[in-house]
Amino acid sequence: MAQTRPKPPLPYRMRDIVLPGDAACPGCPIPMAWKVLAAVFREKMILVIPACCSSVVVGAYPGNSIKASVVHVAFASAAAVASGIAEALKKRGVNDVQVIAWAGDGGTADIGMASLSGAAERNHDMIYIMYDNEAYMNTGIQRSSSTPFGAWTTTTPIIGKTEHKKDVARIMIAHGVPYVATASIAYPHDFYAKLQKARRIRGFKFIHLHAPCPTGWRFDPKYTVEVAKLAVETGLWILYEYYDGKIRLSGPSRPYMDPAKRKPIEEYLKLQGRFKKITPEKIEEIKKYTEMYWDWIKRYM
Amino acid sequence: MVGQDLIIEPINYRVPLSRPKKGVAGKTGFWRTEKPVVDKEKCVKCWLCEIYCPVDVIRVEPETGPTIDYDYCKGCGVCSNVCPSGAITMVPEE
Repeated sequence: MAQTRPKPPLPYRMRDIVLPGDAACPGCPIPMAWKVLAAVFREKMILVIPACCSSVVVGAYPGNSIKASVVHVAFASAAAVASGIAEALKKRGVNDVQVIAWAGDGGTADIGMASLSGAAERNHDMIYIMYDNEAYMNTGIQRSSSTPFGAWTTTTPIIGKTEHKKDVARIMIAHGVPYVATASIAYPHDFYAKLQKARRIRGFKFIHLHAPCPTGWRFDPKYTVEVAKLAVETGLWILYEYYDGKIRLSGPSRPYMDPAKRKPIEEYLKLQGRFKKITPEKIEEIKKYTEMYWDWIKRYM
Repeated sequence: MVGQDLIIEPINYRVPLSRPKKGVAGKTGFWRTEKPVVDKEKCVKCWLCEIYCPVDVIRVEPETGPTIDYDYCKGCGVCSNVCPSGAITMVPEE
């Protein structure tokens, strides 16, 4: 894999916050993303985690695998509790601590949608990060509304899901919040820059983070980063930022605006066991949907 | 007194809060089936393995190159996959 040499400050800043020995599966993208959070905020963050894989990864009493404050809450209430904490910090005059609601796609797109929509409307000063592993991985790979078209889960038909993925980032843009972005765990420098931008903005910030799950997507744990990278390189996952009423494509996604430069979608699909039963007609359908998504981005750029 | 029975005394009069601790799931090194081995001659010290390591066990220093804490390394192989110079190989455990 041809890669550019990253700048050294990032690894030094991300050390010693996410502690070794957590309960995540091998190759899990969640601690990878937490390390980037640690590089931006160090200990100065309060993570609000609803029922999801992350509440398992953090670990049970008396230990805690991340050197930051963690609040475990009920499934539907991540955004509601985080907005309460944000208001309490504001009243007490604490300005240097960032409240982060960290929820999976189930806690955001399905069950937590109502409280998320409420918090976005009230515009509380917090960052909401949705890490999207495209199914309910913690309870055993059930379908969520964020599962893509044609993917297998234990509760879809054997031929794969027959509906398209719900685009939560676009729903949040419709709420008119100050900052919305998409990120990927394969591009930590891009994610870092987006978090740095989000921390300087007062108000509700939403980041949609693409996180491939080796257990649920049925691939070898060592391909976690490669699969995330291929999703961007095939144009299926688009990295962009939205602020001041305009969409700005991020660096890693910019070359793929031209369809000729994208890698074939089959390359991304064949790495994953969940797309084993996919047919050529379904691949055509995915391509058509991706093109629609790109057209929407180009319209609002 | 019915009301007082419901109040649970904290153990050793400490608030029952979780504290940051290494190894909440035990020594995760026991999960490993393959072990990453670094060839320090080939290493270009690009920090990619440290950035992507999900367990935060790799430390890359400009002088010594990468060192891996095998007590907690889960052996996922992400480091060997992202390494641009092929310096990390996965060796099966005995």
